[in-house]
Amino acid sequence: MPDVQSMVAEFVNKLRKRKIEGSQATAKCTVELLRSVISHQRVPHANQAAALIDAVKAVGQQLVAANPVELAVGNVVRRVLHIIREEDLSLTTAAMAGLDLLDASDDDDIDNCKGIGYPAMSAAVVAAAARSTLRPPSLQTLLEGTPESATVPYTSSSGADSESKTADKSSLTRKLKHDVIEGVNQLIHEISGCHEQIAEQAIEHIHQNEVILTLGSSRTVLEFLCAAKEKKRSFRVFVAEGAPRYQGHLLAKELVARGLQTTVITDSAVFAMISRVNMVIIGAHAVMANGGVIGPVGVNMAALAAKKHAVPFVVLAGSHKLCPLYPHNPEVLLNELRSPSELLDFGEFSDCLDFGAGSGSLQVVNPTFDYVPPNLVSLFITDTGGHNPSYMYRLIADYYSADDLVM
Amino acid sequence: MESRRNPRAVVDPKVRQVGFFTSSQPDSSSTQQQQQQTDPIPASASSPPVSTISPSGNSLSPVMIPPPRLNSSDTFPLRGAAAGASSAVSPSSFSYSNRRDFPDGSTTASPGRHSRGSFVKSSAPVASSLPGIGMDSMAAAKSSSVPASGLTTVSVVTMPPGLAEKASGMEVQSDQKKNPKSLKEKTTKAERRAIQEAQRAAKAAAKADGGKVPPGTSASVASTSVKVAKPAKPSTQKNEVSVAAGVTEKKGGPSEKDRKKDAPHPRMQYDDESRVVKAKRRAVVKQTEAKNRVELFRHLPQYEHGTQLPDLETKFFQLDPMHPAVYKVGLQYLSGDISGGNARCIAMLQAFQEVVKDYSTPPEKNLNRDMTAKISSYVSFLIECRPLSISMGNAIRFVKNRIAKLPITLSESEAKAALQSDIERFINDKIIGADMVIVKHAVTKIRDGDVLLTYGSPTAVEMILLHAHELKKKFRVLVVDSRPKLEGQLLLRRLIKRGISCTYTHINAISYIMHEVTKVFLGASSVLSNGTVYSRVGTACVAMVASAFRVPVLVCCEAYKFHERVQLDSICSNELGDPNAISKVHGREDINYLDGLTNNANLQFLNLMYDATPSDYISMIITDYGMVPPTSVPVIVREYQKEHLLV
Repeated sequence: MPDVQSMVAEFVNKLRKRKIEGSQATAKCTVELLRSVISHQRVPHANQAAALIDAVKAVGQQLVAANPVELAVGNVVRRVLHIIREEDLSLTTAAMAGLDLLDASDDDDIDNCKGIGYPAMSAAVVAAAARSTLRPPSLQTLLEGTPESATVPYTSSSGADSESKTADKSSLTRKLKHDVIEGVNQLIHEISGCHEQIAEQAIEHIHQNEVILTLGSSRTVLEFLCAAKEKKRSFRVFVAEGAPRYQGHLLAKELVARGLQTTVITDSAVFAMISRVNMVIIGAHAVMANGGVIGPVGVNMAALAAKKHAVPFVVLAGSHKLCPLYPHNPEVLLNELRSPSELLDFGEFSDCLDFGAGSGSLQVVNPTFDYVPPNLVSLFITDTGGHNPSYMYRLIADYYSADDLVM
Repeated sequence: MESRRNPRAVVDPKVRQVGFFTSSQPDSSSTQQQQQQTDPIPASASSPPVSTISPSGNSLSPVMIPPPRLNSSDTFPLRGAAAGASSAVSPSSFSYSNRRDFPDGSTTASPGRHSRGSFVKSSAPVASSLPGIGMDSMAAAKSSSVPASGLTTVSVVTMPPGLAEKASGMEVQSDQKKNPKSLKEKTTKAERRAIQEAQRAAKAAAKADGGKVPPGTSASVASTSVKVAKPAKPSTQKNEVSVAAGVTEKKGGPSEKDRKKDAPHPRMQYDDESRVVKAKRRAVVKQTEAKNRVELFRHLPQYEHGTQLPDLETKFFQLDPMHPAVYKVGLQYLSGDISGGNARCIAMLQAFQEVVKDYSTPPEKNLNRDMTAKISSYVSFLIECRPLSISMGNAIRFVKNRIAKLPITLSESEAKAALQSDIERFINDKIIGADMVIVKHAVTKIRDGDVLLTYGSPTAVEMILLHAHELKKKFRVLVVDSRPKLEGQLLLRRLIKRGISCTYTHINAISYIMHEVTKVFLGASSVLSNGTVYSRVGTACVAMVASAFRVPVLVCCEAYKFHERVQLDSICSNELGDPNAISKVHGREDINYLDGLTNNANLQFLNLMYDATPSDYISMIITDYGMVPPTSVPVIVREYQKEHLLV
């Protein structure tokens, strides 16, 4: 499919050139791309889920390599893979249930099962095992004493295999793809709707006459604050301007347009003002599995100041920002350095950049992101509600399957 | 027992004052000894008002200032107390006291107790509740860590006996070892006199307290004790009278007045409408107030920048009373041509030198008074141009002090010459010389391979870096900058010209670069007596991140910038810069989101100039007196004032 190939190539290009800004936009584009990849993917009769997974993985690897710092891409790819696996499993369970009822296990199927090295199982056990991969072990499965470790790999690898052998293959094939696309559509819907979901909770967190500090420009934060404003809460917002990108100015402009009392402060005044602030609200770029946050540059400073003054530090993050990876040296490895021209006028300092002239050398550092360790974060507000930083790993287990963590 | 203790308690504030005023009290015969005794006691972690009490009262008995005089001239006891109280926290303070024969203040507690045992018997007046001592002094140590106002709390009141004893013990040990017998007679005599004093003071205090109600918890104690004292006064029951008197005097009378006189002069609060109106009437510079202001900062002046400059320029020839040199400096402040604590201070002092040079006493006027008035009017002009920095306040205080201290016998030309040389000396010693000393100290902290971070463009730090580079030390400098002034760029350029390798970044990226930093050097606009460093806005952020990354923070600040004021946040006292500097990003035309919104009622811009860095973030303060921890600041403040008085 040349058209899909070219679409992927185009998107990879965009990612490489950092044309797409913001994790939400990136996530949305990625899902849409993956949806078209899936819909164009020709599915073989045997093992269609594996084929889909392979296709999505291949594209996903390209995308992630194009911009490894934009964790939302990887997150979304993993989410799509998870959807495929989930749909596949549920279909398997349904098919197995059907099998059991019909008692139509032909020899081939049994041989196949034996070849893999498992005794033929009742569909109920398979279904239970399938459930157990998705959900925490229920009391029932625990009581039944099914050895989970044995069943899990079986279901994930050969479920599709055995299922594909069953009757009315064509309808099932179509069904899997259809279901997956349905699931991806739901994901798209979820990503684009996460603002409203988060904003709905605003009223529970913002009280009258509150003073809120925020930095960076995040649509989630904007919607969150405006939602509280619409509920007739009056409060004031301090916006740190966020040099050198000055996204604070952008946010301030939008806040003012919506009629909020806004004060723009310099980034250096964050510490001075934090003692009069009731709450710091920021939008995350990504949330790591340990509860750490990657946000706009300067966030760590604000978080430290908030900690010092015991001001709650609240992070708003849609679920597509949840990254199933644990960070290592994220300040450097998950960061990106932007052009020095944002800090220094090249014309003025061109003579200083001349290394041969015997004068000292000049380096300019202009990072994009900042990492906030989980101990500085008071609360995450996601579209599923508020969570502690220490609970993030569990949320991640809900959204991603363990097989996809390493792509 | 009680009766013996009381007189001491009564005399206490006076003696304390004498101790502090060593130089200015010509009649104090035993200045030396009193100084000795005032100093060790804060060192041994006792509360100052208590500390000075007894020994001079009974054993040495030299200077009893009669109560009326106390009222007239005791500007300083509380300040002294404040300094002493906080010095108790910092053991390193001793090195700065000018007393040599009392070598180790911190260990005096135990020897004092030892010797007391032996001598108490011989000296009747001092003997009293021995067992209480340890506890009391402990309690005192605790309470003395509370800032100056804490001295008036009840806990302190209960303390005197034990501490007094200890103090006297020490005193006697050091001075009276040879003739313990004569002590008795002396002290009894002194005691008698002290009792008289007490009664007199009680009267005065009772009168004083009758009118006003002292605030806080101490109020009730004081007033009740007065009630007790009043009926008892005529009678011969000396204990009650004098206890009450002691209490009231310590709390109601002097502390109230002292606090008024002695607390750092409050800045004008711009939300106080009547005063603002008054000030406007006087003002030379008619500044238009910014309309759209941040609610939290109503108490600070905020003017629309650039509007008053042409106005002032046209007034140049009309401003009769203003000296042109002062006028020039004022305009330079206004336009921002001179900035930086040292530069501003030197410019002002040089203008004052000009003023002095061109000064001639008007007929029928006193040079001292007239010149002080002139200087005051100039200062208020300068304040209108830009609020004074704390360092400038200190310099002005110095100048006024010098003028006031000019002997009347001097002729006008002599006086002028003396003043000019004084100001010259202040500039050379306290500012330029101090910087040299700071550089010398700080350079020892720079090693090969260091990565030094500095913020903004502090002159002292720049000198340090250049000097270290001259010494061929190999280090790298990270220059952290912030909007809107971007002073770091100027520093960066100068450092690179000299061949120092630099890295430049904005303050937001501070966490990113802090990993590689080995030391942070910061400048300060002022260091306040609770150890808070008042400096260019953002300094607190840098210090905070550095301390979070366990990087030592060294603050370089000349001692003339130290101030006895205390501050906890950056909001109560600050300076507001031009708000429009925030909305416009210099050199980035693409950032124009806020262009049309500057007059929107919902949008304010806050351009803070300074912030207060808590002392926990600071590892060391490098001053011309050496390298000290932030807890030792009050000691330097105290010693510096002493020096001022002595000069």
